[in-house]
Amino acid sequence: MADTIRLKIKRQENAESQPYWEEFDVPYQKNMNVISALMEIQLNPVNAKGQKTTPVVWDCSCLEEVCGACTMIINKKARQACSALVDQLDKPIVLEPLTKFPVVCDLMVDRQIMFEYLKKVKAWIDVDGYYFAGPGPRVPEKVRRFAYDLSRCMTCGCCMEACPNVNDKSTFMGPAVIAQTRLFTLHPTGEANKEERLDAISGKGGVAECGNAQNCIQVCPKGLPLRRAIGEMNRLTFSHSLKKWLKAE
Amino acid sequence: MAKAKIIVVGGGLAGLMTTVKALEAGLEVDLFAYGPSKRSHSACAQGGLNAAVDTMGEGDTPWEHFDDTIYGGDFLANQTPVKGMCETAPDIVYLFDRMGTMFNRSSEGRILVRRLGGVKYHRTVFAGATTGQQLLYTLDEQVRRWEDKGLVNRYEGWEFLSAVLDENGVCRGITAQDLTSMEICSFKGDAVVIATGGPGMIFGETTNSTLNTGYAAGQLYMQGVNYANGEFIQIHPTAIPGADKNRLMSESARGEGGRIWTYKDGKPWYFLEEWYPAYGNLVPRDVATRAIFKVCVDMGLGVDGKNMVYLDLSHKDPEELDNKLGGILEIYEKFGGDDPRKVPMKIFPAMHYSMGGLWVDFNQMTNVTGLFAAGECEYQYHGANRLGGNGMLSAIYGGLVAGRTVVEYISGQESGHKAKSSIFEFEVSRQKEEFKQIYKMEGKENPYALQKELGEWMTRNVTVVRYNNRLQETDNKIQELMERYHNIGLDNHNFWCNQNAVFIRQLWRRLQLARVITLGALARNESRGAHYKPEFPDRDDENWLKTTIAEYTADGPKLSYEEVDIQYIKPRVRKYDVDKEVTMNG
Ligand code: SF4
Ligand code: SF4
Ligand code: FES
Repeated sequence: MADTIRLKIKRQENAESQPYWEEFDVPYQKNMNVISALMEIQLNPVNAKGQKTTPVVWDCSCLEEVCGACTMIINKKARQACSALVDQLDKPIVLEPLTKFPVVCDLMVDRQIMFEYLKKVKAWIDVDGYYFAGPGPRVPEKVRRFAYDLSRCMTCGCCMEACPNVNDKSTFMGPAVIAQTRLFTLHPTGEANKEERLDAISGKGGVAECGNAQNCIQVCPKGLPLRRAIGEMNRLTFSHSLKKWLKAE
Repeated sequence: MAKAKIIVVGGGLAGLMTTVKALEAGLEVDLFAYGPSKRSHSACAQGGLNAAVDTMGEGDTPWEHFDDTIYGGDFLANQTPVKGMCETAPDIVYLFDRMGTMFNRSSEGRILVRRLGGVKYHRTVFAGATTGQQLLYTLDEQVRRWEDKGLVNRYEGWEFLSAVLDENGVCRGITAQDLTSMEICSFKGDAVVIATGGPGMIFGETTNSTLNTGYAAGQLYMQGVNYANGEFIQIHPTAIPGADKNRLMSESARGEGGRIWTYKDGKPWYFLEEWYPAYGNLVPRDVATRAIFKVCVDMGLGVDGKNMVYLDLSHKDPEELDNKLGGILEIYEKFGGDDPRKVPMKIFPAMHYSMGGLWVDFNQMTNVTGLFAAGECEYQYHGANRLGGNGMLSAIYGGLVAGRTVVEYISGQESGHKAKSSIFEFEVSRQKEEFKQIYKMEGKENPYALQKELGEWMTRNVTVVRYNNRLQETDNKIQELMERYHNIGLDNHNFWCNQNAVFIRQLWRRLQLARVITLGALARNESRGAHYKPEFPDRDDENWLKTTIAEYTADGPKLSYEEVDIQYIKPRVRKYDVDKEVTMNG
């Protein structure tokens, strides 16, 4: 018989139902990733006990670690399934849905909250309109590089999963949105609405709730400069609050 | 009077551009997509966006861009819309610049340009090696801004099911399904814009995302929307072969000095540089693809005797590479295992893009009144072959045009038009019925296995080199798969998040479009752009300078042809071993 690999998957039929574990043996192929292992289950939805079952549900799109869709917990670590190569993983491979977001079905979760946070901090440039009005402001290449690094966040949620301060009991919005706030205060046009953004990120759920554990930095697949972003936002919100306080006096 | 409302289907570049344009004009928008926009396939576009901004003072002009696009597309594209696109391109770049896209900059802080295939100028603006992601995020942010104001309703996690047409065949809305609760509903719209991307999945392992299912285009084709130039499928010359997908190695790797070679007589052989001295490694995609294919398949000179050649960047400065190509080098490292800064990458061509798509007029409207299309799902801007850097441009430009023309279309309508509710009820019940039938499927076939077979056949016979007998066999095969489709067994009967049932429904549309592509190719007895038949190696303008139009019938596609708009540039022979002839402006 051909080589197989064992997958141990935490499944859940829907948001309300109880999770359970199911194991699968799927044929091994050189260079395969966790997604292609899951695809094998679609081709033959039979579990390790030989019982017919439903194909596992998961989310994916790009399969090249640029869309963030396929994020799940693989062997206890939050990461993208498409870039998790089977050869580099301990077996059995244990797959679980992210725990900081509501489960939709099996490995699929609802990360809508992260997009809501982006609304709170107004993570966009307030352009006058979508007509043609010549070039935007010049940006020094050095600033551009930092901004570009921040703008690669694919809202995957790994950092939320790793952050001890993002949990049921806290209102902390998490590191990703802090980085995006930094991005939009960096842009020359975005700077114009700096005050509003700083208000949003210095209040409840904002950057002050970060305990500086730096777990997020370790897990971000896109290597976002989160340390620098959080540090700078801390400073910016501090002087922002100070200014407001002085004004109020 | 209530605000006019449009429906946009697709959350990639084309759909989002349409959305913000329509919102700005005061329309309300219902935006449907499989998921959050950040997950859409536009994020995968790497190389950049072409625009004759000429920031390097080379004398590049929109006319040159226009001419390169027409020439690169082997004269099959209608020239009026392409001209409009190229003239607007610099403005598009500046618009994104204002919206905050982090384009690479020169030392003066101006936008930087690079060279891509088929072009003699530095014309491609870029944001690292993730330009598509960056442009997409920029538009997504703008849509969120309107969402915050409550003017756009985002339906994320929904599948468009069908267009709702009234008794006069005018599009009045859509039906769609919530992919979590599986609920099927109808939505009214004064106009509908389809921006659902390409049908890559028909070919199985491609450079496309898994959500490029081809469903929407296939469904609309079955509802009477014509499909144009389906046979023109672009094979990207440089992809990293993989088990689940072939990952793209962006053309910018060649643009930044990457050289293609293999061993011949024990020595490195730079065959593109030898065969095409004028353009070298920067020949257009179809030319590079056929050359690599010839070296590997016909001459047996692939690396290690396999279907692979080298794409080499190891002679370049690693820091510069990281700044300009970081994202794509990461992809190679992650999925290919080696460091491309040190060793040459191994690559082979893979299906990448569909030049063909839903037929539209110069206003992006299909042959169904009130139904528009923009982006890769339509056929308008690339003719027989697309130039690198023109894909995102055409998606954005198409979206801009659609966003403008829907406004004109709606203001031309009698005000207060009321579509009968019965047409919506009827369409919803039709969709529910089909879905119910899928739940009754108890046959022996596995839908994913059928899909795999389809992909393998299409990739083998309907990509780089096409022979009439094999095309015919492929069409027979597709018909066989259509028979076997009815013997599929459903493995998941839950009414919650049932990806299995949804996949089956999509497969049927893919089979339909596969026939359009294959039969279009079978009929076209010439070679033009990406369509290459060794039995008919030359372009035949006398008989084939025409657009293929496929119309759905129950017995398969009915093909007819339409004249191409060539009013600005006279067709001339396309070759890349010498410099392109100069054409006159105007
Ligand atoms: S530094 Fe720690 S507490 Fe702060 S966001 Fe990152 S993981 Fe959370
Ligand atoms: S900051 Fe990194 S880990 Fe967090 S969501 Fe963005 S890409 Fe993912
Ligand atoms: S599928 Fe896009 S990140 Fe994995």
